[in-house]
Amino acid sequence: MTSSNAILTADHINVRFETAEGPVIAVDDVTFDVKQGEFLSVIGPSGCGKSTLFNVIGGLLNTHQGTVKVGAETINGPHPSIGMVFQEESTFPWRTVTDNVAFPLELTGMAKAHRIEKAKHFIGMVGLNGFENRYPGELSGGMRQRVSLARTLASEPKILLMDEPFAALDEQTRLLLGDKVLQIQQQLKQTTLLITHNITEAVQMSDRILVMTYRPGKVKRIVDIDLPRPRTSEIVGSEAFGRYVAQIWNDLREEASRGMRDEEKHVMDEAP
Amino acid sequence: MSAHARRTTLRDTAPAVVGVGSLVAFFLVMEALVQSGAVNRFIVPPPSEIFMSFGRVIVEEHVFSRFLQTLVECLTAGIMLTVFGVAGGVLMNRFKLLQQACETWVAAMASAPIVLMYPLFLVIFGRSSWTIIMMAFVSALPPVILKTIEGISGTRKVLVNVGRSFNLSTYQQFWKILFPAALPTIFVGIRLGLIFALINVVGVEFLINYGGLGQLINDLAERYDLAGTYAAICFVILVSVLFFMALEKVERWLRPVD
Repeated sequence: MTSSNAILTADHINVRFETAEGPVIAVDDVTFDVKQGEFLSVIGPSGCGKSTLFNVIGGLLNTHQGTVKVGAETINGPHPSIGMVFQEESTFPWRTVTDNVAFPLELTGMAKAHRIEKAKHFIGMVGLNGFENRYPGELSGGMRQRVSLARTLASEPKILLMDEPFAALDEQTRLLLGDKVLQIQQQLKQTTLLITHNITEAVQMSDRILVMTYRPGKVKRIVDIDLPRPRTSEIVGSEAFGRYVAQIWNDLREEASRGMRDEEKHVMDEAP
Repeated sequence: MSAHARRTTLRDTAPAVVGVGSLVAFFLVMEALVQSGAVNRFIVPPPSEIFMSFGRVIVEEHVFSRFLQTLVECLTAGIMLTVFGVAGGVLMNRFKLLQQACETWVAAMASAPIVLMYPLFLVIFGRSSWTIIMMAFVSALPPVILKTIEGISGTRKVLVNVGRSFNLSTYQQFWKILFPAALPTIFVGIRLGLIFALINVVGVEFLINYGGLGQLINDLAERYDLAGTYAAICFVILVSVLFFMALEKVERWLRPVD
């Protein structure tokens, strides 16, 4: 399932957690790769180990078995080639938008004038011109996620790794921000790995979608999305889009139902 | 001036006007109560008498040099408790064994009447400003330590993960993420600490009859100069106001938004 021109390779990833009720296999022998410039989404029901996989690839979790490679290099922690955008609101409230976006540039020791100029370029890219001197507390949730995205893009990662970055937003904002991400991805030819549970979002943006099973999280299927590019959210009205959504939901329905039954059983077991 | 501008000006000045107005009204009510005999003037002197005594207290009792002494003692204790309190909190957060071993004791110290230990401090530091400063420092240290621990350990995990994803060193992680994220809580601790410090500075000055405004209050109270005593208390309040204004400026400088 891996190819020679892959920029990111996850090879036989296994993650196991010890809990009070015994060991839980969160990720079970997951293998896939992402090619240069590709947009790959990982989709699965809640509890399938998507976020665990995100943490393993981002280098934030080191208790896994298997290897993650950037090009030919095996990574054992956070890697400068991988830029992460988190699900939770992660802007620094004490920094202005410009200072937030300039954060990774500041770490490189870049001169202040240069990093502000560069930060403004990325602020413009996510469509936040005019908000450079505002603090995150003065922005909406969607705008704050765009600041996080711009901050990660400013570090110019080879691979953009996003964990449900728009999960907390309403559907309309999510579709519009999806457009923005697509536009940036196409402009920068940015290799992107998106973790999501939203089928529409995954089909709208991806070249391929990796469908995961409910616990233990395994690769159920990889679906190639053969929709024309450049894409926008208008594509959600097309017949082909609907077919892909139906196909993936078909794969996911059984897994999501299994997850729901498992949750109900857990609640029943815990009831006095 | 347009109606909108007038409304804006009124909205901006209203809190100050109401605040000063309430204070003036309070003094007028107290004056009336004392003058009418409803409140005993040998317990609470009339406000007019207190205002009249300001000149006498300033000239005859050298209030400014005493004010300065109390201010310097508070400032020294404040700087010491900020430096050692924040550093202590950071160390206890960093080394969990230290935190587990000491946090309960520090919390217990926060509610203990440490001021009763002043004879011991007198023996160690003598009848000097250092007794006052050290008493204030020791009494005010626990809230700064505890709030520093709370602030750092309460930093949202996702912010720490952002730092990790950018490969920050431990030093960078502290100065660029943990410390600024914890600052509002640390300042709550410093504010609490300064309240404790000011109470202890004036209290110990009063008890050991040495130094600044506390000693002056003691002298005036023993002479049964109640108007002068209340006037001196007003200067203690002024020290407190100056301190908290300066602290707010420092906080806004370090962290412009909450």
